[in-house]
Amino acid sequence: MQRIRVWRVSATDLIIWGIGFLIGGIALWGTIATLREGLYTSSDWVSFLIFGLAQGAVYALIALGYTLVYGILFMINFAHGEIFMGGAYIGYFVARAFDESGFLDSNPILALAIIFLVAMSVSISMAVALERIAYRPLRRAPRLVPLITAIGASLFLQYSFRGLFGTGIKVYPDVEILKGSWQIGGVMVLRIHVIVFVCAVLMMAGLYWLVQRTKMGKAMRAVAEDKDAAALMGIDVDRVIVNTFIVGGALAGAGGVLFALYNKQVIHTMGFIPGIKAFTAAVLGGIGNIPGAMFGGLFLGIFESIGPPLFFTGLGVPSPNQLKDVIAFSMLVLVLIFRPTGLLGEVLTEKKA
Amino acid sequence: MTDFRRSVLRPSLRTGLIFGGVALFLTLVGIIEVFSEREVIDGVVSMSYTVLWLVMGGAGYSAAARYKAERRYLLGGVSGAIAGLVTAVLLGILVVLGTAVNLRSVLVNATPALMRLLTFGQSTGVGVVLLLAAGAIVGLLGGLLKMVPERVRRPLLTGVAGVLVISVLHELIAVLFKSLGFPRGFIRFLFARKGLTPAGALISFVLLASLSVLWPIARSRVNQRVSSLPPRQRRSVRLLTFIALLAFLLFIPDLFQLYWTDVIDNVGLFILMGLGLNIVVGFAGLLDLGYVAFFAIGAYVTGLLTSPASSLGWGLSFWVAWPVAMVVGALAGVLLGIPVLRMRGDYLAIVTLGFGEIIRVLANSDLLKPYIGGAQGILQIPKPSIAGIQLITSQQLYYLILLGCLVAIFVSWRLSDSRVGRAWIAMREDEDVAQAMGINLIKYKLLAFAIGATFSAMSGAIFATKLSSIFPHSFNLLISINVLSLIIVGGMASIPGVIVGALILVGLPEVLREFAEYRLLMYGALLVIMMLVRPEGFWPAARRRLELREDGLEIAGGET
Repeated sequence: MQRIRVWRVSATDLIIWGIGFLIGGIALWGTIATLREGLYTSSDWVSFLIFGLAQGAVYALIALGYTLVYGILFMINFAHGEIFMGGAYIGYFVARAFDESGFLDSNPILALAIIFLVAMSVSISMAVALERIAYRPLRRAPRLVPLITAIGASLFLQYSFRGLFGTGIKVYPDVEILKGSWQIGGVMVLRIHVIVFVCAVLMMAGLYWLVQRTKMGKAMRAVAEDKDAAALMGIDVDRVIVNTFIVGGALAGAGGVLFALYNKQVIHTMGFIPGIKAFTAAVLGGIGNIPGAMFGGLFLGIFESIGPPLFFTGLGVPSPNQLKDVIAFSMLVLVLIFRPTGLLGEVLTEKKA
Repeated sequence: MTDFRRSVLRPSLRTGLIFGGVALFLTLVGIIEVFSEREVIDGVVSMSYTVLWLVMGGAGYSAAARYKAERRYLLGGVSGAIAGLVTAVLLGILVVLGTAVNLRSVLVNATPALMRLLTFGQSTGVGVVLLLAAGAIVGLLGGLLKMVPERVRRPLLTGVAGVLVISVLHELIAVLFKSLGFPRGFIRFLFARKGLTPAGALISFVLLASLSVLWPIARSRVNQRVSSLPPRQRRSVRLLTFIALLAFLLFIPDLFQLYWTDVIDNVGLFILMGLGLNIVVGFAGLLDLGYVAFFAIGAYVTGLLTSPASSLGWGLSFWVAWPVAMVVGALAGVLLGIPVLRMRGDYLAIVTLGFGEIIRVLANSDLLKPYIGGAQGILQIPKPSIAGIQLITSQQLYYLILLGCLVAIFVSWRLSDSRVGRAWIAMREDEDVAQAMGINLIKYKLLAFAIGATFSAMSGAIFATKLSSIFPHSFNLLISINVLSLIIVGGMASIPGVIVGALILVGLPEVLREFAEYRLLMYGALLVIMMLVRPEGFWPAARRRLELREDGLEIAGGET
């Protein structure tokens, strides 16, 4: 008997595709209109691009933490944005102390290295404590339970920082060597953006090496593939999970300092929006997929920096930059609706509930 | 000696360090200092010391737990004292550090006032010694409390908890007594300006301690009595309790006066939202983090239709706008529900969160400013009126909120045991199996989103008219998380749970006004602790309690 394949299109499919085409159409129309009006010069676009790359590199660093944890535990570590915030926040106190003692000006490279080390260790300890206290006891609980715990932990960490260190915005001190701009190919770019991008890329390369070439990385990949089988092979699963949180925390802490270096300020709520955006980036690249998270972060950063002027100026929307977050979130919604496995494909598709 | 070290010293030290960490955290976050304004027993003990004693006593209590089964009273006491002492030592280190170095440049709450508080106003040396002694004694008491038999411990604990609760609620109770016509001298005798009087504390303690002994007996007797009645009379007993409850609800504005009714109104709005989210999350198992969007839609529709200052400028009556807001809310629920039909769990939560944020950013943007006012919002929303009387005060608006809550409770209650409710529960447990059993997932999911959104829009409409003006920043993610917290704390899928949750999470911070700044911290901690210790909530739905306890889900027993 021959199997006949019936192509069924339901009403929901039609509605969803309709919405998709509508949004795509608006974006396309806006792009054409903007380009025709020619409000921005090409050097404007390049500077948008460089800024997007710097921003995206930080998103990528945070996104790696989401992806690593999701790959192993199948849970969204909602509090990861707060781990990012914690590193940046404590880094501020170190930076301020160095600034007051003059160490930051006399020995900037060493000072920055210490700031990074402190921030990363704070983030690592937060991540490990979170795993130990909040997530490990719930490893076998129904799926919603750890998610709600993570939301609670996120709120708790935010407001603990607020309670412990005060409410106001804290401004990072200036670092002389990071100021100024460079002339690259006829375009002026801020030095800090280039440095942030290069640092983040170096760290991602390091992570890639760690996961692909070391014994620890091998164990992480094995646990991500199948926890029980990995345990039978003599891998200490708890240890590997802790390692994963350590790696994710370290990247988030470093990302936090990089973010604070070009954004200049820290506040207890700063982790939330980058956290959600980094999650978007992780989903964009296919969650559980490490190169995917890097690609997704950079893509989202560029998209978010070029998107508002490109799509909205031509349509005559007032102050298009207000809609930056709308673009990022719409991106998240659209990707989850149309291609939940991400642009590069999810590594662990079949295990996702 | 080594045996003592291993079996008593080390575990007690560990417990002490954990509780000491908690004490340090509470101190440095600023809760202890803020609480010094509030007396538990006037002139005897303030809230800050109460919290400290509770933490130290708790250290002793939990350190002694391991000797309970063997009835080794002495070891329990010693272990408790050590744990309490260690807790105090950590605080003592803070005091020494805080007076020697300026911690304030980093930790804003390490103020001299806090140090004075921790040293009981003495010099550092004397104060630290006193603190350590207090820690050891309170820890010892906590340990002994754990060791005594249940029938002694229970009244004691209930009595202490009762004094605390009554003291926290003293303003509310004083107002209640006043409206009930108790003489002023009597109220003065029980309540001081900032807490209970010593006499009031003693009376509350004795009353509640004896109640905890008598209550189980009385309850079983009443239950027996009622269940031995013929069915018809049993029904009338139930009807009578219901009528009594309703009468009490109707008289609340008269009993609690203006300020407290305003608080109760806020609780009511959150109950209404909670009932809606309870249908989406509790019954249907769809974790929606963008729930505030529907609240905003309800408020904005009402604002647009009724305010003469809005872009429409129609100035319709609230009674027209209310149903329209609900219908628009339901439509929005379906509209936002369609794209997420195929998503589950985490992804659904994130996408709905994205929706909520998109709506908030749009409402705030210049793009929609000509229509809905941008960051300035909508002003001059009129109050509803019945037969020419405007409902202006919160006491009058209370009845509107009560009406909304009663309708929502009735709908939820009827739905929960209906075919629809069972379909939702099946869906929550396992979508694939539910679908295989012939449940139309699309229909029931959209229905859940629509009903949840309707309740939320209903609440939003009342919110708009209550405040007379709405701004986009009132509709942030924290509202969604607030509502989620209250149904989780109360107990998912449980209707009384929603009410209990709203009273605890919305009402309590209003009563403990000093604490209001820490409410989000409390929500976060509560969400985590509830999930670890009591995932079914304070007032669980019967079915859910069985589910979570039955299938070997050792959440509470897990290592922490």
